[in-house]
Amino acid sequence: MLPLTLDLLPVLLLGAILGLDVVSFPQAMISRPIVAATLAGAFAGQTAAGLVVGVALECLALETLPFGASRYPEWGSASVVGGLVGTRGADGALLPEPAAWVIGVMAAIATAWLGGWTMVWHRRLIARWARVRLDAMAGGSMRTVMSLQVYGLTADLLRGAALTLLGLLLAWPASGWAVESWRLGATETRGALVIGAAGVAASAVWKVLHGYSVTRRLFVAGLAVGTVLVGLRG
Amino acid sequence: MLLRCLAIQGAWNYEILNGNGIGFCVEPALRHLPGGVDGDAYRAALARQCAYFNAHPYLASLAVGALARAELDQTPPEKLVRFRTALCGPLGSLGDRLVWAAWLPACSLVALLLFGLGAGPAMVALGFLVLYNAGHLALRAWGLGAGWLHGLRLAAALGANWLQRGPQYIARGAALVAGVALPFAAHRAIGGGASLEPVSLAVMACTPVLGVLLVRLHGKVEGWQLLFGLLALLVLYSTVLH
Repeated sequence: MLPLTLDLLPVLLLGAILGLDVVSFPQAMISRPIVAATLAGAFAGQTAAGLVVGVALECLALETLPFGASRYPEWGSASVVGGLVGTRGADGALLPEPAAWVIGVMAAIATAWLGGWTMVWHRRLIARWARVRLDAMAGGSMRTVMSLQVYGLTADLLRGAALTLLGLLLAWPASGWAVESWRLGATETRGALVIGAAGVAASAVWKVLHGYSVTRRLFVAGLAVGTVLVGLRG
Repeated sequence: MLLRCLAIQGAWNYEILNGNGIGFCVEPALRHLPGGVDGDAYRAALARQCAYFNAHPYLASLAVGALARAELDQTPPEKLVRFRTALCGPLGSLGDRLVWAAWLPACSLVALLLFGLGAGPAMVALGFLVLYNAGHLALRAWGLGAGWLHGLRLAAALGANWLQRGPQYIARGAALVAGVALPFAAHRAIGGGASLEPVSLAVMACTPVLGVLLVRLHGKVEGWQLLFGLLALLVLYSTVLH
């Protein structure tokens, strides 16, 4: 049932490190899907397909603005799950196997949603630890400050690993079933997925950048230029 | 202190938000207070810095530098606490606009453009990471230095033209890049081929429709939520109904 063909421990470590990067340390955005899913694909020996899965997920992540205390999807560990599940059966091809790609994107979305909740629980847990240490902190205890920092980082690392494991446990069998049962053509499946991902990205660009003058016109002009250039190239 | 700033949100929580992180980052500077780590000045300063604080994590380095300077200058505690409280709002909103709503999406879109133009996995991933972190690390380093330089007169640094107008310029560039990148990335993701094939035409026609629909539904449903539902229907159609 589990992806035993993969070395599970390194994969969980990757999920943990990328989960940690989202908020706690170092926020270098190695947790962004376009990097994280590519790395996950590389772990499975499917780097090129992993990148394509990552591109689809990056389109979805564009609409996530990680503002402070709000709850938002956690794409780091989720992209590891999506990258591994989505590249299943790619066999070195440049594009993912269509059914696996669909299930990989769905698995990443579900894991990212759950990941948002685990981040809330993680913050509540640290708040509980902080509450019982407030007196020591008010006394200027360096040890207390350091320990709270280390506990928080360690708990986040474990959160990422557990989330990755859970995502893989649920999505890996589903991808196997989907690959065997899939009837829709490869081109049509890819087309449907790309319409969805690109549509979300286009709306995200519109929503995120609309606050500044001229941005909408620049976006539409860019779309026109890009579409014409693709047409000429094709 | 710069390295510690990378872990400033390591203990972020709903009780004191980033308070512990600020204390953690300022702590090395506080060792230079009279009496060292065993002195009363050190303990009082560390206690002050661990109180509730909220700011954007990258621009919090401005606060770290300024607060370290103010503590070492032995600024009166009441004045220092007022200054610390006043920093939260500007550093939060400015950082959110500059980084989360401008720089990060801009770098993502450049990476999508690289992908669309045919770059390989290493080029796309490294291109994104190098570009993003050039801005990220420069901002943190500048913040720490400017905070230390200006101390309580931090308003001068916050009023810098590039900081105030930067989000606007980055957003404009990102919008243009987005427009060019999406058709290229979509074309490559469906496997390239002739642009007048039915699937290519369907992508060109349906993507804007979905995009407009999602903009109309803004505040009611997120794009990733809608896509999850649509993909679930696709799975049902292709595995059970087809």
